[in-house]
Amino acid sequence: MLRGPGVVTAHIGVVTFPGSLDDRDAARAIEIAGADAVPLWHGEADLRGVDAVILPGGFSYGDYLRAGAISRFAPVMGRVIEAANSGMPVLGICNGFQVLCESHLLPGAMIRNAHLHFVCRDQGLTVENSGTAWTRAFTQGQRITIPIKNQDGQYMADARTLDEVEAEGRVVFRYAGGNPNGSARDIAGVTNAVGNVVGLMPHPEHAVEPGFGPDSVEGGRTGTDGLGFFRSALETLMAKA
Amino acid sequence: MATIVVHVMPKPDLLDPQGKAVGAALPRLGFTGISDVRQGKRFELTVEGDVTDELLARVREAAETLLSNPVIEDVVAIEKVECRDGGGRGGGRCCGGQGS
Repeated sequence: MLRGPGVVTAHIGVVTFPGSLDDRDAARAIEIAGADAVPLWHGEADLRGVDAVILPGGFSYGDYLRAGAISRFAPVMGRVIEAANSGMPVLGICNGFQVLCESHLLPGAMIRNAHLHFVCRDQGLTVENSGTAWTRAFTQGQRITIPIKNQDGQYMADARTLDEVEAEGRVVFRYAGGNPNGSARDIAGVTNAVGNVVGLMPHPEHAVEPGFGPDSVEGGRTGTDGLGFFRSALETLMAKA
Repeated sequence: MATIVVHVMPKPDLLDPQGKAVGAALPRLGFTGISDVRQGKRFELTVEGDVTDELLARVREAAETLLSNPVIEDVVAIEKVECRDGGGRGGGRCCGGQGS
């Protein structure tokens, strides 16, 4: 966890798959939050000693077969799954969420948006679980706004799984102000039983810097609600260290 | 040479947005009397040598591991199709018919 002379921070890896688009945005968000971003490559079964991993958004393998289905078997994913099962914080954003569902690290799956259109807009979310490794900087019930952009974003699971996930408090985010893709029970993000693995469809890494984020009450493009995700991970890791 | 065909369908109790869209388009084109459409996937796997029970079991494993996601899809059929014309050249009807 050492970086530079006497500066302690956490190292958060970002995996690049063929077709990942938001890996550099995720790395930038990590740096803005004060952690060290480490690039990881899908073809290498090596996590390079990182303390946490982000699977970024994009269209890995062109969404062929099913979104995330081929990436799930990339060499790096074996290590990510091992690490996730040993408690390492792992965040899947959009395509990364699809990869985590295909890996069965998170329950459910994503299918085509109910209205069949690609959706791209600022999206309101309610924080339903502020106890995970990626949400502790938020307060329970907090309303945040970050961008969403997807085609296969409809979260789906059978009723029994949904009941179970709800009962265990594993719904981390719910869509607020309109469900953009038909997701079951307005679910935008979920976590595993322990709370170290989180996946969500919207993009926190696109809301970390004034001038480039969603509109907020402060003014146009000033929203930085996404920063909370990366600060949460940093807090979680520094608390452990 | 033989081809094994794997059919994958969305689970019956889950919404199938693509099938629904196709179903809504049919009457607009005058194809009436079709009450529901569900859209699935067909995979054609060309294999070397004989199709043994062991190979079929491996194909089933592949179908349930990669070709389908058991959370949202079912493998509804795995069937063997013999090639009579040597590997699908010239648009053979059993090995994909792509005329490669």
